[in-house]
Amino acid sequence: MKKKIAFLLILFMAFKSHTQTIEVCNNCSIASLKKAIEIAKDFDTIILKKGTYKEHNIIINKPLTVIGKNYPIIDGELKGEIITIVSDNVTVDGLFIINVGTSYTEDYAAIRVKKSKNFTIQNLVLEKLFFGIYLEKSKNGKVYHNKIIGNAVEEYNSGNGIQLWYSNHIEIEHNYIEQVRDGIYLEFSDDCLIKNNISTKNLRYGLHFMFSNNDIYQDNTFENNGAGVAVMFSNKIKMLNNIFKENWGTASYGMLLKEITDAEIKGNTFKENTIGINIEGTNRINYTNNNFISNGWAVKVRGACYTNTFIENNFLYNSFDISYNSNVNDTIFNKNYWSNYTGYDLNKDGIGDVPYRPVKLFSYIVNRTPETIILLRSLFIDVIDFSEKISPVFTPDNLLDKNPLIKQVAW
Amino acid sequence: MLKILKYSFYDLMRSRWSYVYFAFYFLLGLVLLFLNNNLSKAVITLMNVIIVLVPLIGTIFGVMYYYNSKEFTELLLAQPLKRSSIFLGQYLGVAISLSLSLILGLGIPFILYGLFKSGVIWDFSLLLITGTFLTFIFTALAFNIALSNENKIKGFGYAILLWLFLAIIYDGLFLMSLILFEDYPLDKLSLIGTMLNPIDLSRTLILLKLDISALLGYTGAVFKTFFGTYFGLIVSFIMLAVWVTIPVLRIVFKSKRNDF
Repeated sequence: MKKKIAFLLILFMAFKSHTQTIEVCNNCSIASLKKAIEIAKDFDTIILKKGTYKEHNIIINKPLTVIGKNYPIIDGELKGEIITIVSDNVTVDGLFIINVGTSYTEDYAAIRVKKSKNFTIQNLVLEKLFFGIYLEKSKNGKVYHNKIIGNAVEEYNSGNGIQLWYSNHIEIEHNYIEQVRDGIYLEFSDDCLIKNNISTKNLRYGLHFMFSNNDIYQDNTFENNGAGVAVMFSNKIKMLNNIFKENWGTASYGMLLKEITDAEIKGNTFKENTIGINIEGTNRINYTNNNFISNGWAVKVRGACYTNTFIENNFLYNSFDISYNSNVNDTIFNKNYWSNYTGYDLNKDGIGDVPYRPVKLFSYIVNRTPETIILLRSLFIDVIDFSEKISPVFTPDNLLDKNPLIKQVAW
Repeated sequence: MLKILKYSFYDLMRSRWSYVYFAFYFLLGLVLLFLNNNLSKAVITLMNVIIVLVPLIGTIFGVMYYYNSKEFTELLLAQPLKRSSIFLGQYLGVAISLSLSLILGLGIPFILYGLFKSGVIWDFSLLLITGTFLTFIFTALAFNIALSNENKIKGFGYAILLWLFLAIIYDGLFLMSLILFEDYPLDKLSLIGTMLNPIDLSRTLILLKLDISALLGYTGAVFKTFFGTYFGLIVSFIMLAVWVTIPVLRIVFKSKRNDF
């Protein structure tokens, strides 16, 4: 047994010593990354020294580690895709990649991973890009600490920051993504973890799920996007402790949920969005411990929503707390704190003695005639809201929080 | 005119009412801030108070002052003084003393609370500015009513009706017409409708600060330029200034023609 281990150890060391390091710099004998990949053996390390490398269509077809020292620039000169990884176990670290070509027929990316496993893409800076990091039918990868800065102006001719397509078990952490079409886009991608990213100023969505299940995203910040996060046609997604801020505009949402089921939304903060959460066709979703602060509409319910449960959330200073466009209701509100609540608590158990009705008549009117928004906070509107509160006619009469809290929920 | 202004002003200062008014706002500010412990909520409540109460008090006070000082006015009219300066002096005396009560009454508690260190200072100063504008507008309107009506009871009646109309009934009619014509493009109409009522105008001005995220939810180019840029703020202020100027001009005009 001991011999066996010793043998393995020796074998391992021999193997290890065989891997070599290849240095690439502008005036070395090996002056291009392509050349270095060509002569490298499996599990070699390629070190790119500082400089500018004008290359594109670099194909990494063996398990290599490519490390940039002091951010060498790889300039694609707008000619097409820059790096394509087609092998397992590849690491790319510390490169500055610019000028990805734009195409209307192909999705050129700064770095693409194709049908590969166990890759790591980290510490990259991508600028002037079409698509940033494109993962295609790949598994078990890590995308860490990248900075992606686009210059997208129109949706039709711009790409996404990080795109996953049929890629499972991917970890995306600590990335910063700015001004692309979708910050992070997942299509048919399951069991991914998206954590601690910042996605801002994107044209469409900060983060976008399509047909992706069992994913988790947490501790991310989505600010000033077309819409913060869109989750569509997906199941069992966990959304924890994210911040959605200042997504302003006529079709802007902090979070857009459409046709999703069994999700958990917990500990998020929605601040100053036109619409905090827009839900449509969502079933069995639990909203707990979220903060809705100063939004136009905290939650807009469009229809076909069953068993959505709001428990222990804070609704603070929103122009409208909840908006409904029908008078059928299957949403449950319980033990939330509403800053607009005017009831009292005589037995001092921390729960208001009068139920709270989060839907106002005025929000119903605004749904019908949007121009009437200009009468917001008028005394007349207060009067008709009050009369609706006393005897609901237009708003669902079972839509109420029976146990509104007197103090803000802390967790 | 300045002398009459000064006289009216000191007269009001000596009378209880401006102190009562001051004390009311002072207490309101204190209660809102120190019992509520939340600045943004306090600003919202204050907004409701300002757009409802300030016009009411301005109207009632203006009418009351005019009728009360009628004998003195008649005495002044017998002197070699320009009529416009007599009435403008009185008007400014009332409006300035009311505005001062408002600004000091609300300002002091907020300064005590440490407003200068907080981010809502702009929201708050906007509140005070609109409050001042409303005082000037509604006092001028009250003087107009009083000048046109010899009969005290009638004058008071009209004054209260004016307030009721602009504060509540107007919005009701406005809302009904918007719903009635909902098939047509309404964004221009709704903005013009707002401009024609000083209370709505100041409400919109404050909305621009407090509820901008909701206002931007409406699709419409006119709305968007109005609310999304400084354009809305500037136009609103100009309209408020117009709302002060027109009634004041009418005071001048009417006082020249009136037979006392």
